[in-house]
Amino acid sequence: MIILDDVDRRILRHFQAEPALATADLAERAGVTAATCWRRLDRMRSEGVILAEEAVIDWSALGYTLEVSLRFTIDKDQPRAFDEFIAAAREVPEVLEIQTFLGLVDVRLSVIARDLRHYQEVYRERILTLPHIADVEALMHIARIKTDEVLPL
Amino acid sequence: MDLDEIDRMILRALAQDATQTAGALGRRFGLSQPATWRRVKRLEEGGAIKGRRLRLNAEALGFGVTVFLGIKLSRKGRASFADFERTVSAIPEVQTVEHVLGRFDFRLRVVARDLADFERVLRRRIMTLPGAGEIEANVLLSEERRPGPIG
Repeated sequence: MIILDDVDRRILRHFQAEPALATADLAERAGVTAATCWRRLDRMRSEGVILAEEAVIDWSALGYTLEVSLRFTIDKDQPRAFDEFIAAAREVPEVLEIQTFLGLVDVRLSVIARDLRHYQEVYRERILTLPHIADVEALMHIARIKTDEVLPL
Repeated sequence: MDLDEIDRMILRALAQDATQTAGALGRRFGLSQPATWRRVKRLEEGGAIKGRRLRLNAEALGFGVTVFLGIKLSRKGRASFADFERTVSAIPEVQTVEHVLGRFDFRLRVVARDLADFERVLRRRIMTLPGAGEIEANVLLSEERRPGPIG
């Protein structure tokens, strides 16, 4: 665990709230000089506290109107079942996230599709053909209520 | 919004690192700085890029546990989805709230310092939510984000 002081935390809190802010504006919100802010950010990037600043793609603007969470139970009789399932899931372009869990669910895939017909095609031809599936269950996304993924620093 | 091959490459590059300048992107993809800038602008204004996200190292910052919760509202609770959404969104440890259709009504992403801290959040804040019924918890072991269908 990396120890951050109050200034670091304040900068991160404001940066999380508005990730597109220029360093000078971020410095002003956090109440530090631009030089301090720049130095602190630089250090937190090199120490791996800040992993990335990413552009968020709006898939619906690109015609992908459906998002489905697919929850899998994996057939654990095969020792390489997890690795093979995940390697095969990486080959499906419509898969946005791959998560593994401790719990009732083994793996979850977040899958997008242009419409129901496209989803059906992806589901039948690319998803159900993934190796070592014991069971699969779908949750269809209706709305995102909170999306910022902010850490409570 | 329609994208050509170069738009896709730019979008994919920015989804990994949004701090790249138009000049740097242009050099990478064989475009001039102004031409690249116009394409980035178009991606933003056309809505393909909806903003930026800061990815922090949760573990290094002391958040060692991420749990996904599936929550089904009780029959009584179903009358007030809005109440539930408002209250759950106000919990600082709750990072995302998704309204879903299927075995659960909501899917939450929750961070905590450790399992004991998670238990505290679960008992004090989640289980006391208005209308919360059945709750399923799955502890995140690994997570990988993929580029999606723009590669």
